[in-house]
Amino acid sequence: MIVRILGEGQFRVDEAATAELNQLDAALETAVEQGDEAAFTGALTNLLAQVRAHGSPLPPDILESSELILPHEDSSMDEVRKLLTDEGLIPG
Amino acid sequence: MKGTAARMGVMKRVSLVFKAKANKALDKMEDPRETLDYSYQRQLELLTKVRRGVADVATSRKRVELQMNQLQQQSNKLQDQARKALSMGREDLAREALGRRSSAQTQLDELQTQYAQLQGEEEKLTLASQRLQSKVDAFRTRKETIKATYTAAEAQTRINEAFSGISEEMGDVGMAIQRAEDKTAQMQARAGAIDELMASGALDDAVGGRRDDIQSELDMMSASSDVERELAMLKGEITAAAPKQLEGGAQNGAGQGTQANQGYQAPQQSQQEQGPYAPPAPPQYAPPQQAQQPQQNQQDQQPQQTQPAGLPVSDQPGLQDEPQDGDRS
Repeated sequence: MIVRILGEGQFRVDEAATAELNQLDAALETAVEQGDEAAFTGALTNLLAQVRAHGSPLPPDILESSELILPHEDSSMDEVRKLLTDEGLIPG
Repeated sequence: MKGTAARMGVMKRVSLVFKAKANKALDKMEDPRETLDYSYQRQLELLTKVRRGVADVATSRKRVELQMNQLQQQSNKLQDQARKALSMGREDLAREALGRRSSAQTQLDELQTQYAQLQGEEEKLTLASQRLQSKVDAFRTRKETIKATYTAAEAQTRINEAFSGISEEMGDVGMAIQRAEDKTAQMQARAGAIDELMASGALDDAVGGRRDDIQSELDMMSASSDVERELAMLKGEITAAAPKQLEGGAQNGAGQGTQANQGYQAPQQSQQEQGPYAPPAPPQYAPPQQAQQPQQNQQDQQPQQTQPAGLPVSDQPGLQDEPQDGDRS
């Protein structure tokens, strides 16, 4: 499974890590919905750390789209909200 | 709707947003192979843009670097001024210099934080530019293969794959450029504000181009203290000669006066070593080196002198001695 961390690049992550990633992702999503900034920061940091730990960077000349895409590490909650609607952040 | 979204998770939703974007762009194209060329043009444009972005961040970073150096110099200078002012006993001036140093230092600290952020952006953008370059190269290769090998109809799937792959990268890089631009703009605003501060004199006046007030006061003080020191030295030279005879004569008469003046150098023998200033003293006692040998003779000759001279020896020379030494040092 290919996962992209925005601003950082793509990783190939073992399918076995999916359950754990989903759990962390659920915590992230709850934090965003509840507007809990502290929980948001913690959840995002954990999620990115797990992707980096379980994944290996995809060589840059491989042209594949990612199954999952994660916000960049300094993202604010507001940025993530905008990312989830398709107006806004993604140019083009 | 919200429930479904919640179960899907942030990661999936973001990736769907990216895919939707890519599909929308693809749908606009009539001939799928046209898409390849059009997309490639856009990729090259984006590459140029991201490289320009890297250069912009670097320029901004260098400007901040210059400002930081300036502020550091100002801070150092103010510290020196404070030290100098304090050594001259001007605590008020030292306090003023340190106060200004502290505000220069505050600016410097803030700049340092933002400088580190800019450096981070520059690094990320450089890496993003390299990744994009690799992807664009891969895309070009694949584009040629698809065009050569497949009919328009067959090519569709492969084109979609290549296109969504590259468009995800382009979206990512596009956002990275945006972020870097925002950070740079913030930094520029900050740097501009500091430039204005300096131009207005608030920081500049403390340390900068025109002669600042602390420095000129310190210069004045050190100039006048040089004058004072030379004056004191001249006074010392004058008092070292003539006045000794007068003072001595006034207290003890010609003979005793010489002993009183010299007493502080060598309390016992000095009275006879006085040659130059003591007309009554016999010439043979004058050389200092021989002072020890004639000791017996001197004491024989001057029993009355030592006693009355005793008091003046401790009092009188002390008055002359201290200012002279102080001035010379």
